[in-house]
Amino acid sequence: MATTRRNLLKLGGLAGLGLVLLPVGTLLAGEAAGATGASAKGDRKQWAMLIDLNKCQASAGCRDCIGACHAAHNVPDIGDPLADSKEEVKWIWTETFAETFGDQADEYMADELKQKLLPVMCNHCTHPACVRVCPTEATYKRPDGIVAMDYHRCIGCRYCMAACPHGARSFNFRDPRPSIREVNPAFPTRERGVVEKCNFCAERVDVGMLPACVTACKYGALAFGDLTDTNSAIRKALREGYALRRKPDSGTDPNVYYRV
Amino acid sequence: MPDAPKLIVGLVLFAALVTLPFWFDAGKSAAAPALDLSTAQAQALKKSCVEPTPWMRANHPVLLNQWRNQAVRGGNRVYTATDGQQYPISLQNTCLKCHTGGPNGGQNGRQQQFCDTCHGYTAVQLDCWGCHVQSKEASR
Repeated sequence: MATTRRNLLKLGGLAGLGLVLLPVGTLLAGEAAGATGASAKGDRKQWAMLIDLNKCQASAGCRDCIGACHAAHNVPDIGDPLADSKEEVKWIWTETFAETFGDQADEYMADELKQKLLPVMCNHCTHPACVRVCPTEATYKRPDGIVAMDYHRCIGCRYCMAACPHGARSFNFRDPRPSIREVNPAFPTRERGVVEKCNFCAERVDVGMLPACVTACKYGALAFGDLTDTNSAIRKALREGYALRRKPDSGTDPNVYYRV
Repeated sequence: MPDAPKLIVGLVLFAALVTLPFWFDAGKSAAAPALDLSTAQAQALKKSCVEPTPWMRANHPVLLNQWRNQAVRGGNRVYTATDGQQYPISLQNTCLKCHTGGPNGGQNGRQQQFCDTCHGYTAVQLDCWGCHVQSKEASR
């Protein structure tokens, strides 16, 4: 083909057309892959918990879930004089309704409800802020939805603590070993200089058991299950009535529900 | 150079002093670490690890890394050995059940045994015991 003016213009036109078609083609290919990838996503889970405050006896002084969790996971008890200090380490703890659901509590709400204590923990958010900020990927989202920590990787930078909208994380300012009453030899402790939090009992869930707090609650106030499974205990519990989540407007999509 | 003899004597003395540790230990080798397998647990338990002993000697760091990644990041907590037997993937609940005298051993006045005997000898420091604990019974 001789390089005439006409042929050169034709070639330029074709090249321009190609540039337009290329992004469209990749977009379509991407969507096709996404459609087939949906079945792979079907294997994904999202463990979640519902805490029924009508059954929970935290206000009456029950701390069974906290005791069971902290004993199972070697969470140090730093002690009463320091209970409110930054050194406190907690996986589950109690807060009043007004503190937990500040946006829901109004001036005229019954004091009984306002001051009601409820157990709070890591919300294992669908879009966890802590995972986004962790520079070493020590905190990560497992395929089953648990926001887990790899303490081998944690460098103690505490970005995750700043990012978490629920204050669910504690930093080990000191060696936790001396503050653990009875070390559970089946679970590791932590070291000074790492951040820790609730792991939704990943070590139990992996072998088909329910989390320690759910088993420990003698009032049956805690329901646990997979949100993607319509027949799971959590979905059944959620169908039974209205449930609140902590700070849903933070955009992290928390997965611990509260029934008032 | 009128001071040459003095300088040479000084240099020789200096070299001898600096290399003294080598002369001191010349021809000798440090005693190889001896594992204390006399503990009740070690006697009661089976004598082979999850894989054959020579393989474990050579590859245990690799295996431990794989186990950590599989259990912590993969959520897979069962290891199938080459002989088909299955073991829970856990340093504390599998390895330390046999390899006794770990983390609490030092506190109880006992030398940390299985891991630290060789690791101390080769000066390869382990930081496992900062978090991983062993039951009191197993460390005795």
